[in-house]
Amino acid sequence: MSIDPSYPETETRRDGFIHFARLLMELGETGSTREKTDLLIQYFRSAPSGDLAWTLGLFTGRKLKRQIRTRQLAEWLTEWRGIPGWLFEESYHHVGDLAETLALLDPSTGGGQPEGNLSDIMSKLQGIPNISDEEKAALIRNTWADMSGSQKFVFNKLLTGGFRVGVSAQLVIQALAKVYETEPAVIAHRISGEWDPASTDADAMLRGEGRSFDLSRPYPLFLAYPVEGGPEDLGHPSEWHAEWKWDGIRGQVILRSGTWSVWSRGEELMTDKFPEFEAWRSLLPDGTVLDGEIMAMRDGKPLPFSILQTRIGRTRLSARLLKDAPVGFMAFDVLESGGEDWRMRPFSERRARLTELVKAVGQPGLQFSETVPFTDWEELTLRRREARERGSEGLMLKRMDSVYQAGRRRGDWWKWKLEPMTVDAVLVYAQKGHGRRSNLYTDYTFAVRDEDRLVVFAKAYSGLTDKEFREVDAFVKRNAIEKFGPVRTVKPELVFEIAFEGISESKRHKAGIAVRFPRMHRWRTDKKPEEINTLSDLKRMLEQYGSHTSPGDGVS
Amino acid sequence: MIRFTEHGLYCEAGDFHIDPWRPVRSAVITHAHSDHARTGHSGYLCAASGLSVLRSRLGVQSYETADWGEPVFRNGVRISFHPSGHIIGSAQVRIEYRGEVWVISGDYKTENDGISGCFEPVKCHTFVTESTFGLPVYRWRPQSVVYDEIRTWVAAQLDQGRSAVLQAYSLGKSQRLIDALRPFAGRIFAHGAILQIQEALKADGHDFPEVMRLSEDIPAERRKACIFITPAPIETLRASRLIGPWRSARCSGWMHVRGNRRREGGDKGFVLSDHADWEGLCAAVKATKAQRVFVTHGFQSIFSRYLNETGIEAHEVQTSFGGEEETDITPDNPSNQI
Repeated sequence: MSIDPSYPETETRRDGFIHFARLLMELGETGSTREKTDLLIQYFRSAPSGDLAWTLGLFTGRKLKRQIRTRQLAEWLTEWRGIPGWLFEESYHHVGDLAETLALLDPSTGGGQPEGNLSDIMSKLQGIPNISDEEKAALIRNTWADMSGSQKFVFNKLLTGGFRVGVSAQLVIQALAKVYETEPAVIAHRISGEWDPASTDADAMLRGEGRSFDLSRPYPLFLAYPVEGGPEDLGHPSEWHAEWKWDGIRGQVILRSGTWSVWSRGEELMTDKFPEFEAWRSLLPDGTVLDGEIMAMRDGKPLPFSILQTRIGRTRLSARLLKDAPVGFMAFDVLESGGEDWRMRPFSERRARLTELVKAVGQPGLQFSETVPFTDWEELTLRRREARERGSEGLMLKRMDSVYQAGRRRGDWWKWKLEPMTVDAVLVYAQKGHGRRSNLYTDYTFAVRDEDRLVVFAKAYSGLTDKEFREVDAFVKRNAIEKFGPVRTVKPELVFEIAFEGISESKRHKAGIAVRFPRMHRWRTDKKPEEINTLSDLKRMLEQYGSHTSPGDGVS
Repeated sequence: MIRFTEHGLYCEAGDFHIDPWRPVRSAVITHAHSDHARTGHSGYLCAASGLSVLRSRLGVQSYETADWGEPVFRNGVRISFHPSGHIIGSAQVRIEYRGEVWVISGDYKTENDGISGCFEPVKCHTFVTESTFGLPVYRWRPQSVVYDEIRTWVAAQLDQGRSAVLQAYSLGKSQRLIDALRPFAGRIFAHGAILQIQEALKADGHDFPEVMRLSEDIPAERRKACIFITPAPIETLRASRLIGPWRSARCSGWMHVRGNRRREGGDKGFVLSDHADWEGLCAAVKATKAQRVFVTHGFQSIFSRYLNETGIEAHEVQTSFGGEEETDITPDNPSNQI
C-alpha cells in the first residue's frame, strides 16, 4: 500500500510523529513556497498511510475538538512544575499561545524520540473523553516525558484543538499532485467531501480508488483574486461577463440520485441549516450541482450579512428565526448538469444553463446573480457605483470562455469590490495578539464621538505594517489607563481611518450599528481625537446604505 | 547602605555609584554593555579582566582595576568583584560596610560558558538581581546541545553552497559563537563592531580563532559559503551582497518563544542567552542567602512577587538597565556598513 516502491517500510514505521513534528517546524522556518512544497513532497512520500490521512485532514482545515479543559491542564502543569497558578497565567500572557506555554513550562526534558505514529497519537486523543481524569493526566504526562520541546508543542496543538499550519490547502494539493503524478484539480476533488481520517486509506483515496463515489461530494471551489487597479488591463470587454457580487457564505447545492446536500466553503455539510432549500429538490433535475452564495434573502431580495450571522451557529432553528432571518441562494455557476461534470465547459455555456435551471425552479429563494451588461470599461466603472445601493459588494468579472478551476487562481475570475466606507475613529482599548503577534498589543477597539462621550463601534486587527504595530504597541504600554484582564484601556489619542465593507443596524452593539470587515486603513497621525467622526455620521451612512431590518429586532 | 537615585545605585558612605546612567564622580562598573557602562564619569573602577573590553568601548578614561576578590576601600567601604558569568570580564559587585553586605549582580548567567568566567554565588544580606528572563517559560538547554545544533546548521548551509549568517549581540554572544565555531576557523567573517572587540581581547591574551573583515578585496570564492557574524540584521548591511546566497539565524534567549522567532522573520532562531534562565535566577538568589532582594530590569514585578511568596522579601526597582538582548546597532546608523 505504500506510495512509492522505494519506501517499502512505511507501513511498519513507528516514528511517524517525529517526522510529522519535524515537518511542521521546518515549514515554519522557511518563507519560500518552493521549499515548503519540497518539504511536503518529501514527507508525503515517506509518511505511513495512517499518518497521511491525518496530515491531509489537518492541513486542509479539518477542525479538531479540544479534548480537555484548559483549566485542568493548567492545574496539572502547575503541580508538576511546582509553580503557583498566577505564574502560569503570566506565562500564558507573555507567550500568547496555550499549547506553547504548556510545552515551555513542562519540567520533563525528554530525549525527543517518542515512539508511535501520528495516527497513534490521534487515536489516543480521540479516546480521551472516555477515560478518567487520573488516566488523562497520566497519559499527557507520559506523552510529554518522551518528547522534545517542539514535539510537545505540536502534540499540545492537537490536544487543545488549536491546530493551524502555515501552508495553504492549495500548496498541499500541489505537492500531492506531484507525488501522485496528476493534476491538482483531480487531487482536490479526490480529497473533498466528508471522510474520516481514522478509517480512511488515504493512499487509495489519493489514487482515486477505494472510496466509493459519495453522492454528496462537492467540487473544490474556484476563488477569485481582486482586480488590481482598474479592469482596463484585462483585455477586450466583449471577452468578459460582469455580475453583481454578493456577501454571504459561498456554497454548493447538490442533488444526485435524490440525495440533497448543501455545502459551505470550508467544506462543511450544512444541509440541515437551510430547510428553505428543500423545496427545490423536486423542482431541479437530478444530477445538478450549483455554485453560489448562501445569503439572507426575503422575497428574492438580498439582506445584509449581519442577518445571516444570526442563523449561522444556531443548532435549533425556531419558526421565529426562520421568519426573521430567511435565507436564499444566489446561484452563479453550474458545475454538474444531467449527472455530468460541466466544469470544463466554457463559462458562457454554463451561465446559459444556470439561467434555464433557475428560471425553471421559479422560487424566490433561488436566484441567479444578475448580469451587468456593458460595452466598455468606462460604462462598467459607472455601473459599479450602483452596487452599494443594491446591497451588493461590487462586481465579479468572469472570462466568457473560461473553465471552472480549483482554488484561488488569477486570470479568469476577478472580484472588483467597491471602495470601502471609511470613518476616522480613536483607539480606546487594546489587547495583545496571538501567534506572531503575541506580546504585542495588536487587537484594537475604536470609538467615534457622540457629543461629549466616546462610543465604541468596531474592533480591528489588521491593516498596519509591523513597524506601525510596534509603534502603537509602545504607545499602549506607555498610555494604558486601566486593566480589565488582558484588555487595556488607553488614553484616547491615536486616530485611525477605519475602513469597512458594509453597515447595518444592530441591537447587540453599543453604538446601535454593526460594520462588516472593519480594518485600519491608515494611521491618521495628522488628526487629533477632537477631529474624529461622530455617531451621527455613522447613522447617516446607515440611512444611506444600510439595512433597517435589524437582526436583533426579531430575535431578542 | 545603597540608595536608588536618579543617577543610579548610590553608596553614600563610600560616595560612589554602581553602573550609573548619569555622569558621576566615581563609578563602579559591573560590565561593558552600554546600559551599564556609560561615558562621562570622572573615575571608573572595574574588574581587571573586564578592562580591555571596557576600554575598547569607552576609550581613554581614568580606570582603576581590582582582581577577582581583591578588596578596594572607599571611605571604609569595602568593594570587591566576583565573576558573574555574563560576558568576558563581567562582575558582581560586593559591598561591605560595618558588617552589612550587599551584592549587585549586574547581569549574570549561571551556566559556565567556558570564556566568561564562572558565576560565583556570594553570600550577602541584600542582593540586587536582574530579571531579564524571570518567567518560568525560560529554561535553557545545556550550551553544548545548542552549540551542536548551531554547528550542524552552519555545516548544512556551507554544504549547500550558502553562507551562514549568525545574528548575535556584538559583545558576549559573538565571542561565544566564535569560540563554538572553532572547527570552521578560516571561514569566519564578522561585522566591524565585533572585530573591534576581538582585537581588544586578542591584545589582552585571549585565545580565539581568526575572524576576518569582509570586503570586496577578498576573492569572491572565499567570501561565498562563509560564516558571517553580525549584531545587525544582515538585510540592512552591504555585507549581504558580498557573501553570495545566505541563510540567517538569530541567537538570543528570546528565540525560546515562537512568537518572537516568527516576528524577527529570520530563517531560524537559536536559543542562546547570556542571562540566567528562571531556574538560574531562583538558584542564584537562594545561594546568596540574602534576606532581602531588589529585582531590577526584566520581569521585576513577577519575579519579586514569586520571591515574596516563597518567603524571601523582595522589591521591584526601576532602573535604566536592560534591553541589551536587543540589537545594539540600528540599521540606519552609517557606521554599520559591514
